[in-house]
Amino acid sequence: MKLFIKFDFNTVCNTVLKEQLDALDLKYEILNFGEVAFLEKVPDHKHDEFTKALEPYGIEIVEDHKSILVQKMKDTIIDMVYNSDTEVHVKSSVYLSEKLGHSYGYLSNLFSEVTYTSVENFIILQKIEYTKRLIINENKSLTEIAFQLNYSSVAHLSTQFKNTTGITPSAFQRIIAKRREENN
Amino acid sequence: MATDYTHIILADDDEDDRMFFTDAFDELKMTVKVTTYNDGVYLMDYLNQEDAILPNILFLDLNMPRKSGMECLKEIKENSRFKDVVIAIYSTSASEEDIENTFIKGANIYIKKPSDFKVLKKVLSNVVTTNWQYHTNGLNKDNFLLRL
Repeated sequence: MKLFIKFDFNTVCNTVLKEQLDALDLKYEILNFGEVAFLEKVPDHKHDEFTKALEPYGIEIVEDHKSILVQKMKDTIIDMVYNSDTEVHVKSSVYLSEKLGHSYGYLSNLFSEVTYTSVENFIILQKIEYTKRLIINENKSLTEIAFQLNYSSVAHLSTQFKNTTGITPSAFQRIIAKRREENN
Repeated sequence: MATDYTHIILADDDEDDRMFFTDAFDELKMTVKVTTYNDGVYLMDYLNQEDAILPNILFLDLNMPRKSGMECLKEIKENSRFKDVVIAIYSTSASEEDIENTFIKGANIYIKKPSDFKVLKKVLSNVVTTNWQYHTNGLNKDNFLLRL
């Protein structure tokens, strides 16, 4: 007797990942495209256990040099944007290359190759996302935010916000407020 | 290998606009898969199937016979099954009222249909890359508003 089996690759892989991660008692989120995000720091021994647990399934953790370096760049940028008290008085390009020990030219090419966006755009995106959070959650004025994020003026922040999102900061605030009202 | 294309659906009753849209993506050579539906009823019939593959980005025309883009938006937002779908309104209207209203009702992106093919390609590529940024960097989708 023969049976024909049809299976969905993604479901299979995600189920395996879920079982193994649950067994290790880690807090995580499975994203699409074979990515797992951990919501807390993973101790080294658990990382090793996880790698071993996946081996029999032919699942490997990708740790190529390029992706790791790009991830470090992202982490550095996010830290730079969100912790503006980590006195960054040098240009972000200088800061990145000093911190990661590569020339900025190399880093920026690598970043574009892996993420399909430039370092500059990524920094702007992070700053604007942070601005959104500050507007909504902390009710800060644009003047305060511009100062906190080291913009030379409110106008500069406001223009960058509009250029990135297509709407003004005040329209953004109004829309989110009305959306919340409707959902309540 | 996990499939790493962006799955895109467009619901639009205008045949030329649908063609314009798929041609633009063909020329962009991005890793996307585009499916189109001729109106809101066809679209919702598809999405409501239990085994439907949900799109990463759903483009909705506002003025469609039988079921408008606004009605689709409302139904989609009321169903938590669709919470991860990014909604892009794709309309000829550019009235401020329409725009703000769709954002309030939960749309993430508002695109005024460009008449120039080059502009359309630029706009669509911007949408896909911005969405990709949100996706890969774990940004809060509730704050994802983009007007083009």
